[in-house]
Amino acid sequence: MTQHVARPARRGRSKQGVTRSLQVAFFLFPFFSLFLLFTVVPVVYTAGLSLFSEQSDGGLGLGGTQTIFVGFANYLSALTSPEFMTSFLTIGAYCLIYIPLLMGLSLVLAMVLDSLVERARKYFQLSLYLPNIVPGIIASVIWLYLYTPGISPLTDAFGALGLEWSLDGQPQAIFAVMNITIWAHLGYNVVLFYSALQAVPRDVLEAGLIDGAGPTKTAVSIKLPLISGTVGLAVLFTVIGAVQLFAEPFLLRSRATSITSTWTPNMFIYNAAFERHDFGLAAAASVLFAVIIGLASYFVTRASNLNGQRS
Amino acid sequence: MKRMSTPHSISRVASFAVLILFSLYTLGPLVWLLIASTKSNADLIGTPGFAFSDFQLWDNLVTLFTREGGIYGRWLVNTMLYAVLGAFLSTVISFMAGHAFEKFQFRGKEKLFGFVLLGALLPAAVTAMPLYLLASQLGLVNTFWGVFLPFLVSPFGVYLARIFSRAYVPNEVLEAARIDGANEIRTFRNVAVPMMLPAFVTVLLVTFNGIWNNFFLPLLMLSDPRLYPVALGIYSWNTQTVSNPEMYHLVVVGSAVTIVPVIIVFMMLQKYWKAGMGEGAVK
Repeated sequence: MTQHVARPARRGRSKQGVTRSLQVAFFLFPFFSLFLLFTVVPVVYTAGLSLFSEQSDGGLGLGGTQTIFVGFANYLSALTSPEFMTSFLTIGAYCLIYIPLLMGLSLVLAMVLDSLVERARKYFQLSLYLPNIVPGIIASVIWLYLYTPGISPLTDAFGALGLEWSLDGQPQAIFAVMNITIWAHLGYNVVLFYSALQAVPRDVLEAGLIDGAGPTKTAVSIKLPLISGTVGLAVLFTVIGAVQLFAEPFLLRSRATSITSTWTPNMFIYNAAFERHDFGLAAAASVLFAVIIGLASYFVTRASNLNGQRS
Repeated sequence: MKRMSTPHSISRVASFAVLILFSLYTLGPLVWLLIASTKSNADLIGTPGFAFSDFQLWDNLVTLFTREGGIYGRWLVNTMLYAVLGAFLSTVISFMAGHAFEKFQFRGKEKLFGFVLLGALLPAAVTAMPLYLLASQLGLVNTFWGVFLPFLVSPFGVYLARIFSRAYVPNEVLEAARIDGANEIRTFRNVAVPMMLPAFVTVLLVTFNGIWNNFFLPLLMLSDPRLYPVALGIYSWNTQTVSNPEMYHLVVVGSAVTIVPVIIVFMMLQKYWKAGMGEGAVK
Protein backbone atom coordinates (compact mmCIF):
# COMPACT_ATOMS: atom_id res chain seq x y z
CA MET A 1 0.00 0.00 0.00
CA THR A 2 2.85 2.38 0.72
CA GLN A 3 4.78 1.59 -2.44
CA HIS A 4 3.25 3.28 -5.38
CA VAL A 5 5.08 3.54 -8.65
CA ALA A 6 4.38 6.11 -11.25
CA ARG A 7 2.67 5.33 -14.52
CA PRO A 8 5.07 3.79 -17.03
CA ALA A 9 4.71 6.81 -19.32
CA ARG A 10 6.13 9.07 -16.65
CA ARG A 11 8.91 6.84 -15.49
CA GLY A 12 11.77 9.03 -16.69
CA ARG A 13 10.97 11.92 -14.41
CA SER A 14 11.66 10.53 -10.99
CA LYS A 15 10.95 13.63 -8.95
CA GLN A 16 7.52 13.89 -10.46
CA GLY A 17 7.14 10.15 -9.92
CA VAL A 18 7.61 10.56 -6.19
CA THR A 19 5.09 13.41 -6.05
CA ARG A 20 2.69 11.26 -7.97
CA SER A 21 3.10 8.32 -5.62
CA LEU A 22 2.39 10.62 -2.71
CA GLN A 23 -0.73 11.80 -4.48
CA VAL A 24 -1.93 8.23 -5.01
CA ALA A 25 -1.32 7.60 -1.32
CA PHE A 26 -3.36 10.70 -0.53
CA PHE A 27 -6.36 9.24 -2.36
CA LEU A 28 -6.07 5.81 -0.79
CA PHE A 29 -5.11 6.84 2.74
CA PRO A 30 -8.56 7.73 4.18
CA PHE A 31 -10.19 4.51 3.03
CA PHE A 32 -7.35 2.18 3.90
CA SER A 33 -6.65 3.66 7.32
CA LEU A 34 -10.32 3.13 8.24
CA PHE A 35 -10.43 -0.26 6.51
CA LEU A 36 -7.35 -1.34 8.46
CA LEU A 37 -8.68 -0.10 11.79
CA PHE A 38 -12.29 -1.19 11.53
CA THR A 39 -12.13 -4.26 9.30
CA VAL A 40 -8.69 -5.84 9.09
CA VAL A 41 -7.67 -5.37 12.74
CA PRO A 42 -10.99 -6.72 14.08
CA VAL A 43 -10.73 -9.78 11.82
CA VAL A 44 -7.17 -10.50 12.98
CA TYR A 45 -8.24 -9.83 16.55
CA THR A 46 -11.12 -12.32 16.22
CA ALA A 47 -8.76 -14.96 14.89
CA GLY A 48 -6.42 -14.36 17.84
CA LEU A 49 -9.22 -14.25 20.37
CA SER A 50 -10.55 -17.60 19.17
CA LEU A 51 -7.40 -19.28 20.50
CA PHE A 52 -7.76 -17.95 24.03
CA SER A 53 -10.12 -18.42 26.91
CA GLU A 54 -10.81 -16.30 29.94
CA GLN A 55 -10.86 -18.04 33.27
CA SER A 56 -11.44 -16.52 36.65
CA ASP A 57 -8.62 -16.47 39.19
CA GLY A 58 -9.21 -17.96 42.58
CA GLY A 59 -12.28 -19.72 43.86
CA LEU A 60 -14.13 -16.68 45.14
CA GLY A 61 -14.16 -14.96 41.76
CA LEU A 62 -11.91 -12.24 43.18
CA GLY A 63 -8.83 -10.98 41.46
CA GLY A 64 -10.43 -10.73 38.02
CA THR A 65 -9.84 -13.04 35.13
CA GLN A 66 -6.88 -14.59 33.45
CA THR A 67 -6.56 -15.13 29.74
CA ILE A 68 -5.00 -18.43 28.78
CA PHE A 69 -4.07 -19.98 25.46
CA VAL A 70 -6.32 -22.91 24.71
CA GLY A 71 -5.40 -23.70 21.09
CA PHE A 72 -8.34 -25.07 19.15
CA ALA A 73 -10.46 -25.85 22.22
CA ASN A 74 -12.93 -23.05 21.40
CA TYR A 75 -13.34 -24.41 17.87
CA LEU A 76 -13.94 -27.85 19.28
CA SER A 77 -16.59 -26.61 21.70
CA ALA A 78 -18.27 -24.60 18.91
CA LEU A 79 -18.28 -27.59 16.56
CA THR A 80 -19.60 -29.91 19.23
CA SER A 81 -22.18 -27.44 20.51
CA PRO A 82 -25.66 -28.72 19.67
CA GLU A 83 -26.97 -25.12 19.66
CA PHE A 84 -24.41 -24.03 17.06
CA MET A 85 -25.19 -27.00 14.82
CA THR A 86 -28.95 -26.45 15.22
CA SER A 87 -28.53 -22.81 14.24
CA PHE A 88 -26.95 -23.95 10.97
CA LEU A 89 -29.78 -26.42 10.37
CA THR A 90 -32.34 -23.69 10.98
CA ILE A 91 -30.62 -21.20 8.70
CA GLY A 92 -30.14 -23.96 6.12
CA ALA A 93 -33.85 -24.79 6.14
CA TYR A 94 -34.66 -21.09 5.94
CA CYS A 95 -32.31 -20.48 2.98
CA LEU A 96 -33.51 -23.55 1.13
CA ILE A 97 -37.02 -22.08 0.94
CA TYR A 98 -36.26 -18.37 1.08
CA ILE A 99 -33.70 -18.08 -1.71
CA PRO A 100 -35.53 -20.02 -4.47
CA LEU A 101 -38.80 -18.38 -3.46
CA LEU A 102 -37.40 -14.84 -3.45
CA MET A 103 -35.43 -15.30 -6.67
CA GLY A 104 -38.32 -17.05 -8.44
CA LEU A 105 -40.91 -14.43 -7.45
CA SER A 106 -38.55 -11.60 -8.34
CA LEU A 107 -37.81 -13.06 -11.76
CA VAL A 108 -41.46 -13.63 -12.58
CA LEU A 109 -42.44 -10.13 -11.44
CA ALA A 110 -39.54 -8.56 -13.36
CA MET A 111 -40.60 -10.38 -16.55
CA VAL A 112 -44.22 -9.34 -16.05
CA LEU A 113 -43.10 -5.75 -15.45
CA ASP A 114 -40.99 -5.88 -18.60
CA SER A 115 -44.08 -6.75 -20.64
CA LEU A 116 -46.14 -3.75 -19.48
CA VAL A 117 -46.58 -0.25 -20.86
CA GLU A 118 -44.08 2.37 -19.75
CA ARG A 119 -46.19 4.32 -17.25
CA ALA A 120 -47.46 1.32 -15.33
CA ARG A 121 -43.90 0.02 -14.96
CA LYS A 122 -42.77 3.08 -13.08
CA TYR A 123 -45.62 2.92 -10.61
CA PHE A 124 -45.26 -0.79 -9.89
CA GLN A 125 -41.47 -0.62 -9.51
CA LEU A 126 -41.83 2.04 -6.85
CA SER A 127 -44.61 0.31 -4.94
CA LEU A 128 -42.73 -2.99 -4.90
CA TYR A 129 -39.46 -1.29 -3.91
CA LEU A 130 -40.70 0.85 -0.98
CA PRO A 131 -40.39 -1.81 1.79
CA ASN A 132 -36.67 -2.04 0.99
CA ILE A 133 -36.20 1.46 2.44
CA VAL A 134 -37.65 0.39 5.79
CA PRO A 135 -34.84 -0.71 8.14
CA GLY A 136 -35.02 -4.43 9.00
CA ILE A 137 -35.78 -3.84 12.63
CA ILE A 138 -38.66 -1.47 11.89
CA ALA A 139 -40.00 -3.85 9.23
CA SER A 140 -39.97 -6.49 11.96
CA VAL A 141 -41.82 -4.21 14.36
CA ILE A 142 -44.51 -3.54 11.73
CA TRP A 143 -44.94 -7.23 10.99
CA LEU A 144 -44.81 -8.16 14.67
CA TYR A 145 -47.88 -5.99 15.14
CA LEU A 146 -49.47 -7.49 12.06
CA TYR A 147 -48.91 -10.89 13.67
CA THR A 148 -50.46 -9.78 16.96
CA PRO A 149 -54.09 -10.81 17.43
CA GLY A 150 -56.19 -7.84 18.49
CA ILE A 151 -54.01 -5.27 16.75
CA SER A 152 -53.68 -6.94 13.38
CA PRO A 153 -56.29 -6.99 10.64
CA LEU A 154 -54.53 -10.13 9.34
CA THR A 155 -55.09 -12.42 12.29
CA ASP A 156 -58.78 -11.44 12.28
CA ALA A 157 -59.01 -12.44 8.64
CA PHE A 158 -57.34 -15.73 9.56
CA GLY A 159 -59.97 -16.35 12.20
CA ALA A 160 -62.78 -15.48 9.78
CA LEU A 161 -61.45 -18.16 7.42
CA GLY A 162 -61.65 -20.66 10.24
CA LEU A 163 -57.88 -20.99 10.54
CA GLU A 164 -56.05 -20.82 13.81
CA TRP A 165 -53.39 -18.15 14.14
CA SER A 166 -50.23 -19.24 15.88
CA LEU A 167 -46.53 -18.37 15.82
CA ASP A 168 -45.59 -21.31 18.00
CA GLY A 169 -43.73 -24.11 16.35
CA GLN A 170 -40.61 -24.08 14.21
CA PRO A 171 -42.20 -24.00 10.71
CA GLN A 172 -44.45 -21.08 11.72
CA ALA A 173 -41.46 -19.19 13.08
CA ILE A 174 -39.46 -19.75 9.89
CA PHE A 175 -42.35 -18.60 7.71
CA ALA A 176 -43.08 -15.60 9.94
CA VAL A 177 -39.45 -14.46 9.57
CA MET A 178 -39.34 -15.30 5.87
CA ASN A 179 -42.44 -13.25 5.18
CA ILE A 180 -40.67 -10.19 6.63
CA THR A 181 -37.48 -10.72 4.65
CA ILE A 182 -39.32 -11.41 1.40
CA TRP A 183 -41.49 -8.34 1.95
CA ALA A 184 -38.36 -6.25 2.46
CA HIS A 185 -36.24 -7.61 -0.40
CA LEU A 186 -38.70 -8.54 -3.14
CA GLY A 187 -38.84 -5.10 -4.76
CA TYR A 188 -35.08 -4.67 -4.71
CA ASN A 189 -34.56 -7.85 -6.70
CA VAL A 190 -37.46 -7.13 -9.06
CA VAL A 191 -35.97 -3.73 -9.94
CA LEU A 192 -32.51 -5.31 -10.25
CA PHE A 193 -33.73 -7.99 -12.68
CA TYR A 194 -35.94 -5.55 -14.49
CA SER A 195 -33.00 -3.19 -15.12
CA ALA A 196 -31.02 -6.13 -16.48
CA LEU A 197 -33.93 -7.07 -18.77
CA GLN A 198 -34.01 -3.50 -20.06
CA ALA A 199 -30.42 -3.92 -21.18
CA VAL A 200 -31.32 -6.96 -23.33
CA PRO A 201 -31.09 -5.82 -26.97
CA ARG A 202 -34.59 -5.51 -28.43
CA ASP A 203 -33.60 -7.07 -31.78
CA VAL A 204 -32.73 -10.33 -30.00
CA LEU A 205 -36.27 -10.47 -28.65
CA GLU A 206 -37.77 -9.54 -31.99
CA ALA A 207 -35.81 -12.34 -33.65
CA GLY A 208 -37.34 -14.76 -31.12
CA LEU A 209 -40.79 -13.40 -31.85
CA ILE A 210 -40.33 -13.91 -35.58
CA ASP A 211 -39.23 -17.48 -34.90
CA GLY A 212 -42.62 -17.96 -33.25
CA ALA A 213 -41.56 -18.02 -29.60
CA GLY A 214 -44.44 -17.19 -27.23
CA PRO A 215 -44.06 -14.91 -24.21
CA THR A 216 -43.30 -17.78 -21.82
CA LYS A 217 -40.79 -19.36 -24.16
CA THR A 218 -39.12 -15.98 -24.78
CA ALA A 219 -38.89 -15.43 -21.03
CA VAL A 220 -37.36 -18.79 -20.19
CA SER A 221 -35.13 -19.52 -23.14
CA ILE A 222 -34.10 -16.05 -24.33
CA LYS A 223 -34.42 -13.51 -21.52
CA LEU A 224 -33.38 -15.67 -18.58
CA PRO A 225 -30.00 -16.81 -20.01
CA LEU A 226 -29.21 -13.23 -21.05
CA ILE A 227 -29.56 -11.92 -17.49
CA SER A 228 -27.98 -14.95 -15.81
CA GLY A 229 -24.99 -12.83 -14.72
CA THR A 230 -27.25 -10.48 -12.77
CA VAL A 231 -29.20 -13.40 -11.32
CA GLY A 232 -25.95 -15.04 -10.19
CA LEU A 233 -24.84 -11.86 -8.47
CA ALA A 234 -28.25 -11.44 -6.82
CA VAL A 235 -28.15 -15.04 -5.55
CA LEU A 236 -24.68 -14.40 -4.13
CA PHE A 237 -25.72 -11.27 -2.23
CA THR A 238 -28.97 -12.89 -1.11
CA VAL A 239 -27.13 -15.92 0.28
CA ILE A 240 -24.64 -13.71 2.13
CA GLY A 241 -27.45 -11.59 3.56
CA ALA A 242 -29.72 -14.52 4.38
CA VAL A 243 -27.22 -16.56 6.39
CA GLN A 244 -26.56 -13.51 8.55
CA LEU A 245 -30.20 -13.35 9.64
CA PHE A 246 -30.38 -11.57 12.98
CA ALA A 247 -32.65 -8.54 13.50
CA GLU A 248 -35.94 -10.16 12.41
CA PRO A 249 -35.84 -13.30 14.61
CA PHE A 250 -34.20 -11.28 17.41
CA LEU A 251 -37.29 -9.09 17.51
CA LEU A 252 -39.89 -11.82 16.88
CA ARG A 253 -38.47 -13.82 19.77
CA SER A 254 -40.80 -12.07 22.20
CA ARG A 255 -43.82 -13.61 20.43
CA ALA A 256 -42.63 -16.74 18.64
CA THR A 257 -41.79 -19.22 21.37
CA SER A 258 -39.79 -21.57 19.17
CA ILE A 259 -37.20 -18.89 18.34
CA THR A 260 -34.43 -19.57 20.82
CA SER A 261 -31.65 -17.17 21.76
CA THR A 262 -29.30 -19.19 19.52
CA TRP A 263 -31.72 -19.67 16.60
CA THR A 264 -29.37 -18.48 13.82
CA PRO A 265 -25.53 -18.52 13.71
CA ASN A 266 -25.42 -14.74 14.23
CA MET A 267 -27.71 -15.05 17.23
CA PHE A 268 -25.47 -17.82 18.59
CA ILE A 269 -22.43 -15.53 18.29
CA TYR A 270 -24.28 -12.64 19.92
CA ASN A 271 -25.48 -14.91 22.70
CA ALA A 272 -22.04 -16.41 23.34
CA ALA A 273 -20.37 -13.00 23.48
CA PHE A 274 -22.88 -10.79 25.22
CA GLU A 275 -25.00 -13.09 27.36
CA ARG A 276 -22.52 -15.81 28.28
CA HIS A 277 -19.49 -13.51 28.01
CA ASP A 278 -17.52 -16.31 26.37
CA PHE A 279 -15.65 -14.19 23.83
CA GLY A 280 -13.31 -17.03 22.87
CA LEU A 281 -16.22 -19.23 21.85
CA ALA A 282 -17.92 -16.32 20.07
CA ALA A 283 -14.70 -15.60 18.16
CA ALA A 284 -14.23 -19.24 17.14
CA ALA A 285 -17.87 -19.39 16.01
CA SER A 286 -17.37 -16.14 14.03
CA VAL A 287 -14.32 -17.54 12.23
CA LEU A 288 -16.13 -20.78 11.39
CA PHE A 289 -19.12 -18.78 10.21
CA ALA A 290 -16.96 -16.51 8.01
CA VAL A 291 -15.25 -19.56 6.47
CA ILE A 292 -18.64 -21.13 5.69
CA ILE A 293 -19.87 -17.89 4.11
CA GLY A 294 -16.64 -17.73 2.10
CA LEU A 295 -17.16 -21.30 0.86
CA ALA A 296 -20.82 -20.62 0.07
CA SER A 297 -19.90 -17.48 -1.92
CA TYR A 298 -17.22 -19.43 -3.78
CA PHE A 299 -19.65 -22.17 -4.80
CA VAL A 300 -22.41 -19.75 -5.76
CA THR A 301 -19.96 -17.74 -7.90
CA ARG A 302 -18.62 -20.90 -9.50
CA ALA A 303 -22.08 -22.26 -10.20
CA SER A 304 -23.27 -19.02 -11.77
CA ASN A 305 -20.07 -18.75 -13.85
CA LEU A 306 -20.50 -22.28 -15.18
CA ASN A 307 -24.10 -21.48 -15.90
CA GLY A 308 -23.10 -18.33 -17.75
CA GLN A 309 -20.54 -20.17 -19.86
CA ARG A 310 -22.97 -22.86 -20.86
CA SER A 311 -25.51 -20.45 -22.29
CA MET B 1 -63.72 -5.09 -29.73
CA LYS B 2 -62.54 -8.35 -31.22
CA ARG B 3 -58.95 -7.65 -30.19
CA MET B 4 -59.93 -7.59 -26.51
CA SER B 5 -60.28 -11.34 -26.46
CA THR B 6 -56.93 -12.20 -28.01
CA PRO B 7 -54.57 -14.19 -25.79
CA HIS B 8 -52.36 -11.11 -25.72
CA SER B 9 -54.88 -8.94 -23.86
CA ILE B 10 -55.75 -11.79 -21.52
CA SER B 11 -52.11 -12.06 -20.53
CA ARG B 12 -51.98 -8.29 -20.13
CA VAL B 13 -54.91 -8.38 -17.71
CA ALA B 14 -53.25 -11.26 -15.86
CA SER B 15 -50.00 -9.25 -15.69
CA PHE B 16 -51.79 -6.32 -14.12
CA ALA B 17 -53.60 -8.59 -11.68
CA VAL B 18 -50.34 -10.19 -10.52
CA LEU B 19 -48.63 -6.83 -10.04
CA ILE B 20 -51.60 -5.30 -8.22
CA LEU B 21 -51.69 -8.30 -5.90
CA PHE B 22 -48.01 -7.97 -5.02
CA SER B 23 -48.29 -4.19 -4.67
CA LEU B 24 -51.01 -4.78 -2.09
CA TYR B 25 -48.59 -7.09 -0.29
CA THR B 26 -45.74 -4.57 -0.30
CA LEU B 27 -47.82 -1.43 0.35
CA GLY B 28 -50.44 -2.93 2.68
CA PRO B 29 -48.29 -2.97 5.84
CA LEU B 30 -47.11 0.60 5.15
CA VAL B 31 -50.69 1.79 4.67
CA TRP B 32 -51.65 -0.02 7.87
CA LEU B 33 -48.81 1.74 9.70
CA LEU B 34 -49.97 5.17 8.48
CA ILE B 35 -53.57 4.51 9.49
CA ALA B 36 -52.51 3.04 12.83
CA SER B 37 -50.37 6.09 13.58
CA THR B 38 -53.51 8.25 13.66
CA LYS B 39 -55.17 6.15 16.34
CA SER B 40 -55.17 6.27 20.11
CA ASN B 41 -53.75 3.31 21.96
CA ALA B 42 -57.25 2.00 22.72
CA ASP B 43 -58.40 2.28 19.10
CA LEU B 44 -55.21 0.60 17.89
CA ILE B 45 -56.34 -2.56 19.61
CA GLY B 46 -60.11 -2.08 19.43
CA THR B 47 -60.83 -0.96 15.83
CA PRO B 48 -60.37 -2.59 12.40
CA GLY B 49 -56.79 -2.20 11.14
CA PHE B 50 -57.50 -0.65 7.77
CA ALA B 51 -60.21 1.75 8.93
CA PHE B 52 -59.72 5.19 10.43
CA SER B 53 -61.25 5.92 13.82
CA ASP B 54 -60.79 9.02 15.99
CA PHE B 55 -58.08 11.03 14.28
CA GLN B 56 -55.41 11.37 16.99
CA LEU B 57 -52.32 11.93 14.89
CA TRP B 58 -51.51 15.31 16.41
CA ASP B 59 -51.86 14.04 20.00
CA ASN B 60 -49.73 11.05 19.13
CA LEU B 61 -47.02 13.26 17.66
CA VAL B 62 -47.00 15.45 20.76
CA THR B 63 -46.67 12.37 22.99
CA LEU B 64 -43.95 11.00 20.71
CA PHE B 65 -41.80 14.12 20.79
CA THR B 66 -42.27 14.92 24.49
CA ARG B 67 -41.84 11.45 25.95
CA GLU B 68 -38.73 10.97 28.16
CA GLY B 69 -37.66 14.56 27.69
CA GLY B 70 -38.00 14.52 23.92
CA ILE B 71 -35.61 11.63 23.38
CA TYR B 72 -37.23 10.71 20.07
CA GLY B 73 -36.06 13.98 18.53
CA ARG B 74 -32.53 13.16 19.68
CA TRP B 75 -32.77 9.77 18.00
CA LEU B 76 -33.72 11.48 14.73
CA VAL B 77 -30.77 13.87 15.03
CA ASN B 78 -28.44 10.96 15.85
CA THR B 79 -29.74 9.08 12.82
CA MET B 80 -29.08 12.11 10.63
CA LEU B 81 -25.51 12.19 11.91
CA TYR B 82 -24.85 8.45 11.65
CA ALA B 83 -26.64 7.80 8.39
CA VAL B 84 -26.63 11.10 6.44
CA LEU B 85 -23.34 12.67 7.51
CA GLY B 86 -21.76 9.22 7.81
CA ALA B 87 -22.92 8.20 4.33
CA PHE B 88 -21.68 11.50 2.88
CA LEU B 89 -18.17 11.17 4.36
CA SER B 90 -18.06 7.48 3.51
CA THR B 91 -18.97 8.24 -0.11
CA VAL B 92 -16.27 10.91 -0.40
CA ILE B 93 -13.73 8.42 0.96
CA SER B 94 -14.99 5.69 -1.40
CA PHE B 95 -14.78 7.96 -4.44
CA MET B 96 -11.22 8.98 -3.59
CA ALA B 97 -10.20 5.32 -3.35
CA GLY B 98 -12.24 4.36 -6.42
CA HIS B 99 -10.57 7.14 -8.41
CA ALA B 100 -7.11 5.95 -7.33
CA PHE B 101 -7.91 2.34 -8.27
CA GLU B 102 -9.28 3.30 -11.68
CA LYS B 103 -6.98 6.12 -12.81
CA PHE B 104 -3.54 5.25 -11.39
CA GLN B 105 -1.17 2.38 -11.92
CA PHE B 106 0.67 1.06 -8.91
CA ARG B 107 2.21 -2.19 -7.79
CA GLY B 108 -0.19 -4.80 -6.41
CA LYS B 109 -3.21 -2.75 -7.41
CA GLU B 110 -5.54 -5.56 -8.44
CA LYS B 111 -4.55 -7.70 -5.46
CA LEU B 112 -5.33 -4.83 -3.14
CA PHE B 113 -8.66 -4.30 -4.87
CA GLY B 114 -9.50 -7.99 -4.47
CA PHE B 115 -8.73 -7.61 -0.79
CA VAL B 116 -11.23 -4.74 -0.58
CA LEU B 117 -13.86 -6.88 -2.32
CA LEU B 118 -13.29 -9.64 0.23
CA GLY B 119 -14.12 -7.04 2.86
CA ALA B 120 -17.48 -6.51 1.18
CA LEU B 121 -18.35 -10.19 1.68
CA LEU B 122 -17.38 -10.28 5.34
CA PRO B 123 -20.26 -11.00 7.75
CA ALA B 124 -20.96 -8.10 10.12
CA ALA B 125 -20.77 -10.33 13.20
CA VAL B 126 -17.13 -11.13 12.46
CA THR B 127 -16.13 -7.49 12.79
CA ALA B 128 -18.81 -6.18 15.18
CA MET B 129 -17.93 -8.34 18.18
CA PRO B 130 -14.16 -7.64 18.10
CA LEU B 131 -14.91 -3.99 17.32
CA TYR B 132 -16.81 -3.86 20.58
CA LEU B 133 -13.89 -5.40 22.48
CA LEU B 134 -11.31 -3.13 20.84
CA ALA B 135 -13.52 -0.10 21.38
CA SER B 136 -13.90 -0.96 25.05
CA GLN B 137 -10.11 -0.89 25.39
CA LEU B 138 -9.96 2.49 23.65
CA GLY B 139 -12.85 3.89 25.70
CA LEU B 140 -15.02 4.19 22.58
CA VAL B 141 -17.80 1.90 23.76
CA ASN B 142 -21.02 3.77 24.34
CA THR B 143 -19.77 6.84 22.47
CA PHE B 144 -20.87 8.47 19.23
CA TRP B 145 -17.53 7.68 17.57
CA GLY B 146 -17.69 3.98 18.40
CA VAL B 147 -20.59 3.69 15.95
CA PHE B 148 -19.87 6.55 13.55
CA LEU B 149 -16.30 5.68 12.58
CA PRO B 150 -16.83 1.98 11.68
CA PHE B 151 -19.79 3.06 9.53
CA LEU B 152 -17.45 5.09 7.31
CA VAL B 153 -15.86 1.94 5.86
CA SER B 154 -17.70 0.81 2.74
CA PRO B 155 -15.80 -1.66 0.53
CA PHE B 156 -18.86 -1.99 -1.70
CA GLY B 157 -18.84 1.80 -2.09
CA VAL B 158 -15.24 1.64 -3.33
CA TYR B 159 -16.22 -1.05 -5.82
CA LEU B 160 -19.12 1.07 -7.14
CA ALA B 161 -16.98 4.22 -7.21
CA ARG B 162 -14.37 2.47 -9.35
CA ILE B 163 -17.02 1.30 -11.81
CA PHE B 164 -18.48 4.82 -12.01
CA SER B 165 -15.06 6.37 -12.43
CA ARG B 166 -14.49 4.09 -15.43
CA ALA B 167 -17.91 4.86 -16.89
CA TYR B 168 -18.04 8.62 -16.39
CA VAL B 169 -14.48 10.00 -16.43
CA PRO B 170 -12.55 9.58 -19.69
CA ASN B 171 -8.78 9.30 -19.22
CA GLU B 172 -8.18 11.90 -21.94
CA VAL B 173 -9.95 14.57 -19.92
CA LEU B 174 -7.75 13.89 -16.90
CA GLU B 175 -4.65 13.86 -19.12
CA ALA B 176 -5.65 17.25 -20.54
CA ALA B 177 -6.02 18.69 -17.04
CA ARG B 178 -2.60 17.35 -16.09
CA ILE B 179 -0.98 18.86 -19.16
CA ASP B 180 -2.54 22.17 -18.15
CA GLY B 181 -0.54 21.83 -14.96
CA ALA B 182 -3.26 20.85 -12.50
CA ASN B 183 -2.07 18.56 -9.74
CA GLU B 184 -3.85 15.28 -9.06
CA ILE B 185 -5.91 16.53 -6.16
CA ARG B 186 -7.18 19.51 -8.08
CA THR B 187 -7.82 17.32 -11.14
CA PHE B 188 -9.93 15.01 -9.00
CA ARG B 189 -11.86 17.81 -7.32
CA ASN B 190 -12.43 20.09 -10.29
CA VAL B 191 -12.59 17.65 -13.19
CA ALA B 192 -13.45 14.11 -12.08
CA VAL B 193 -15.91 14.83 -9.26
CA PRO B 194 -18.23 17.12 -11.29
CA MET B 195 -18.42 14.44 -13.98
CA MET B 196 -19.38 11.81 -11.41
CA LEU B 197 -21.93 13.86 -9.48
CA PRO B 198 -25.00 11.71 -10.37
CA ALA B 199 -22.96 8.61 -9.50
CA PHE B 200 -22.03 10.25 -6.22
CA VAL B 201 -25.71 10.58 -5.30
CA THR B 202 -26.23 6.93 -6.24
CA VAL B 203 -23.42 5.66 -4.01
CA LEU B 204 -24.58 8.01 -1.26
CA LEU B 205 -27.99 6.32 -1.32
CA VAL B 206 -26.49 2.82 -1.29
CA THR B 207 -24.24 3.71 1.66
CA PHE B 208 -27.07 5.46 3.48
CA ASN B 209 -29.20 2.35 3.14
CA GLY B 210 -26.38 0.22 4.57
CA ILE B 211 -25.93 2.38 7.68
CA TRP B 212 -29.66 2.94 8.11
CA ASN B 213 -30.20 -0.83 8.08
CA ASN B 214 -27.35 -1.74 10.41
CA PHE B 215 -28.85 -2.75 13.73
CA PHE B 216 -26.10 -5.03 15.02
CA LEU B 217 -23.30 -2.54 15.68
CA PRO B 218 -25.34 0.12 17.56
CA LEU B 219 -26.99 -2.70 19.55
CA LEU B 220 -23.59 -3.90 20.77
CA MET B 221 -21.87 -0.56 21.10
CA LEU B 222 -24.46 1.69 22.72
CA SER B 223 -26.11 1.47 26.12
CA ASP B 224 -26.95 5.16 26.59
CA PRO B 225 -30.37 5.77 24.96
CA ARG B 226 -29.35 9.35 24.16
CA LEU B 227 -26.85 8.01 21.61
CA TYR B 228 -29.25 5.60 19.88
CA PRO B 229 -30.13 5.82 16.21
CA VAL B 230 -33.89 5.86 15.77
CA ALA B 231 -34.22 2.17 14.78
CA LEU B 232 -32.51 1.06 17.99
CA GLY B 233 -34.64 3.49 19.98
CA ILE B 234 -37.83 2.07 18.55
CA TYR B 235 -36.56 -1.42 19.25
CA SER B 236 -35.95 -0.45 22.88
CA TRP B 237 -39.45 1.00 23.17
CA ASN B 238 -40.89 -2.13 21.65
CA THR B 239 -39.25 -4.29 24.34
CA GLN B 240 -41.18 -2.20 26.88
CA THR B 241 -44.57 -2.96 25.31
CA VAL B 242 -44.72 -6.30 27.12
CA SER B 243 -44.90 -4.65 30.54
CA ASN B 244 -46.40 -1.37 29.37
CA PRO B 245 -49.04 -1.70 26.61
CA GLU B 246 -49.29 2.12 26.52
CA MET B 247 -46.12 1.99 24.41
CA TYR B 248 -47.81 0.30 21.43
CA HIS B 249 -49.01 3.42 19.70
CA LEU B 250 -45.72 5.21 20.43
CA VAL B 251 -43.85 2.46 18.62
CA VAL B 252 -46.28 2.69 15.69
CA VAL B 253 -46.14 6.50 15.42
CA GLY B 254 -42.38 6.49 15.94
CA SER B 255 -41.93 3.96 13.11
CA ALA B 256 -44.16 5.99 10.79
CA VAL B 257 -42.38 9.28 11.50
CA THR B 258 -39.04 7.54 10.91
CA ILE B 259 -39.77 6.06 7.52
CA VAL B 260 -42.05 8.62 5.88
CA PRO B 261 -39.32 11.25 5.22
CA VAL B 262 -36.97 8.59 3.86
CA ILE B 263 -39.68 7.25 1.56
CA ILE B 264 -40.29 10.78 0.23
CA VAL B 265 -36.57 11.37 -0.40
CA PHE B 266 -36.23 8.01 -2.15
CA MET B 267 -39.25 8.78 -4.33
CA MET B 268 -37.64 12.05 -5.41
CA LEU B 269 -34.30 10.41 -6.09
CA GLN B 270 -35.69 7.37 -7.93
CA LYS B 271 -33.41 7.57 -10.94
CA TYR B 272 -30.31 7.57 -8.73
CA TRP B 273 -30.95 4.38 -6.80
CA LYS B 274 -32.03 2.63 -9.96
CA ALA B 275 -28.80 3.68 -11.64
CA GLY B 276 -26.85 2.21 -8.73
CA MET B 277 -28.56 -1.13 -9.08
CA GLY B 278 -28.05 -1.15 -12.82
CA GLU B 279 -24.33 -0.46 -12.50
CA GLY B 280 -23.86 -2.93 -9.67
CA ALA B 281 -25.56 -5.68 -11.59
CA VAL B 282 -24.94 -5.37 -15.28
CA LYS B 283 -21.18 -4.82 -15.24
